[in-house]
Amino acid sequence: MTTTTTTTAIITQRKKRSIGKLLIEGRAFLALILIIAVFSILSPNYLTTSNLLIMASHVAIFAILGMGMLMVILNGGIDLSVGSTLSFSAIIGGFLIQGVPINIFGVILYPSIPVVVILSCGVGALVGLVNGILVAKFKVAPFVATLGMLYVVRGIGLLMTNGLTVNNLAGNPELGNTGFDWLGFNRLLGVPIGVIIMGIIAIVLGFLLSRATFGRWLYASGGNERAAELSGVPVKAVTVWVYVISGICSAIAGLILASTLTSASPTAGNTYELTAIAVVVIGGAALTGGRGTIRGTLLGAFVIGFLSDGLVIVGVSAYWQMVFIGGVIVVAVLLNTLQYGRRPRPPASTTPPKIPGADDSPSEPPAPTASGQKTRASTVSSS
Amino acid sequence: MTGGFDDVVLEARDVVKNYGGVRALKGVNFEIRAGTVTTLFGENGAGKSTLMKILSGVEQPTAGHIILDGAPVVFHSTTDARDRGISIIHQELSLAPNLSVRDNIFLGREIPGRTGVDYAEEDRQTRELLQEMQLPIEPDTMVADLRVGQQQIIEIARALSVNSSILIMDEPTSALAASEVQVLFGIINDLTARGVAIVYISHHLEEALEVTDHAVVLRDGSMTARGERADIDLEWIVRNMVGEDYNLGAPPTGYDFGDPALSIRGLTVLDPENPERAIVDGLDLDVRAGEIVCLYGLMGSGRTELLEAIAGRGGVADGTVLLNGVRLDRQTIAERIELGVGFVPEDRQRDGLVQTMSVGQNLTLSSLKDCLVNGVLSPRAERKLSQQLIADVTVKTDSPDIEIGALSGGNQQKVVIGKVFATRPRVMLLDEPSRGIDIGAKGEVFRLLAARAAEGLTVVYSTSEVGECLSIAHRIIVLNRGRISAEFGPDATKEMIMAASGEAVAA
Repeated sequence: MTTTTTTTAIITQRKKRSIGKLLIEGRAFLALILIIAVFSILSPNYLTTSNLLIMASHVAIFAILGMGMLMVILNGGIDLSVGSTLSFSAIIGGFLIQGVPINIFGVILYPSIPVVVILSCGVGALVGLVNGILVAKFKVAPFVATLGMLYVVRGIGLLMTNGLTVNNLAGNPELGNTGFDWLGFNRLLGVPIGVIIMGIIAIVLGFLLSRATFGRWLYASGGNERAAELSGVPVKAVTVWVYVISGICSAIAGLILASTLTSASPTAGNTYELTAIAVVVIGGAALTGGRGTIRGTLLGAFVIGFLSDGLVIVGVSAYWQMVFIGGVIVVAVLLNTLQYGRRPRPPASTTPPKIPGADDSPSEPPAPTASGQKTRASTVSSS
Repeated sequence: MTGGFDDVVLEARDVVKNYGGVRALKGVNFEIRAGTVTTLFGENGAGKSTLMKILSGVEQPTAGHIILDGAPVVFHSTTDARDRGISIIHQELSLAPNLSVRDNIFLGREIPGRTGVDYAEEDRQTRELLQEMQLPIEPDTMVADLRVGQQQIIEIARALSVNSSILIMDEPTSALAASEVQVLFGIINDLTARGVAIVYISHHLEEALEVTDHAVVLRDGSMTARGERADIDLEWIVRNMVGEDYNLGAPPTGYDFGDPALSIRGLTVLDPENPERAIVDGLDLDVRAGEIVCLYGLMGSGRTELLEAIAGRGGVADGTVLLNGVRLDRQTIAERIELGVGFVPEDRQRDGLVQTMSVGQNLTLSSLKDCLVNGVLSPRAERKLSQQLIADVTVKTDSPDIEIGALSGGNQQKVVIGKVFATRPRVMLLDEPSRGIDIGAKGEVFRLLAARAAEGLTVVYSTSEVGECLSIAHRIIVLNRGRISAEFGPDATKEMIMAASGEAVAA
């Protein structure tokens, strides 16, 4: 362990960076430029301000979902319930606008739009809280817990609406609950509100990740939960919070979507969870946790959004669109593998670099029988 | 098998193995003869297992040759080595617990029948093998239902079933009961009588001496001695294993110890695998401020569980732990860190470091609140803290922004220690702090701890290398099966310590 060896390692790492970094780390950005260039050539309407703004508001939905998903993926989890939560929160919003009958007093309560928005987001947070508690406290695998919630939440939404779309979200001026369409239709300085909200969420979460203790805790617990816990990181609380954040993001996306469509459908957002995962992955995050950025996820959302809208504009069939988008996702994952190496990340064993000299230790090869601790406990001397 | 007995069947010539920047093997020459048992002795980290991995095709040597029956060979995989008659029985079991004994034994080389696998034939052969091993179980028993010792025998049976001419056994007895060990030795005798060459690795020196024909001693990646059974004894092995040629420091002196900082009474921790058994068994221990205590013990002696219980990781069944008079009971790990408990875990990769983060981020992880300016993480404050820690614990790195994985084992360990130092601990617990780091870094780590102890830090470290007991420790506590079996001052000898641990009975 001389200075020389360390320096060599540093130099090799630098070399790798200088060559590969631009291509690999900037891949989402390069892909976006490519997409814009190709579609601009194919269609004169593609690169116009109005079209860009329309596409941006499509992107906003996926970006907001994706940023919530990024939080969960950074923690090493996954949230399959975001599509259902999106739809459910919008339905709650729709019901609140239609009025809440309070039978005891024989009155119908019409909450104002800010209250509607806050309550709907609260419902999203609640779904996230259930996810988080299932994962952190009851140790249910994130995939299974959120898959369960995907069905439960979707089912409740269908039950509440009898499977019918909630229309008439415009409200009534006499009741003072108008303005819901502001989210989906209005613009500030020419920019759709949805895009502005996406920007605000990006700034808030970006700050949280880079400048708050919580962000560091999140990266640490996603990178190595055991080490984070032993370092004093409240890993369970972090886990609960990421699902809550994801739930809130889904609710916000749901409200924007409902406002844009002027209706809250119980089937809205179907398979959006998969798009959100794709957005995060294209943005360079590692599904194993601990790596990923808001900037990358935003880029990922733009890649997916601009690609699918572009394909629509040039008139590619919907079936081909699926093939293209699928291809992009697979290539993104391939590149992720290149970036992070094909390191196996067993839940509890050594990761690279290999520890020399620890060769007498019970950690290798990964025994299928037990974690290291189990092995240690069982190799009792019998002299 | 070619040639007769006592012919060299497998030879390692000038084998070098580097892991990153560290040399695990420094040009080892080693030969295995047909019909004999060759035992490899060496402390943890001496390179025994690395050498065995190379001989069995798990790893490729960085330099040097493997010569099989007189011709140089390259093993690309364990299957490759197995096809040439070399089998290895790992220290850790590599059986699939969800499969039956038969399926495990024939895993990867199932006997084809007319419709799929010929289970009847497999059952027949398995029964034969089990009979030979004197293990009265049915071939369709699930491996998960077997005791660890029985599983170990299945592992051996699997190696035998491929008709190996060379069998490598890495700590095969560590999980066996005494009667099972005798069965194993009987099998070993049968095998050598048939001309099989056996390489045997064990920490139980006496036990190994019972079966060995040749002994080879490795130390720090080099072969230090070899001898025939007739010419060697325990003392010879220990002397060559431990060596005298490095200095790991001396206990710091020139100050008085303070009040007891850590006070343990009747601490009992149950074995999570077997709740009937106490892995730490009613242990009492007092350590004073500024004192350095070394816990020595074999695997399973309870040293890890003791330290983890204090750190707040494992569950405590009974007993009390006082830290500067405060009872450690239900506090979370974070609260214990706040109270002044610092813990450096045994497995650096698994429990100590976040591999996805940089050196600096790892260093400051436990003390982020010191980097806050107005409640926000200040990159400047963080950089200052991490640079100061890098200097404090002498991590060799150009910048805190480098990925932690780019550092050598010793520097990674210093990062873990620096992270704990940053929390200003009053009692520092280190579980095998020298594991997997080279001699130079070991000395540096111990010197760091000694310097802090002189400033009043209480240090408790565990080790399984007897040489490290006699470095900076003021007091050496020997653990044997969860209890303190002996206590020594810095003037103890290695033989005394090893005898008390149950490892080897000194002459």
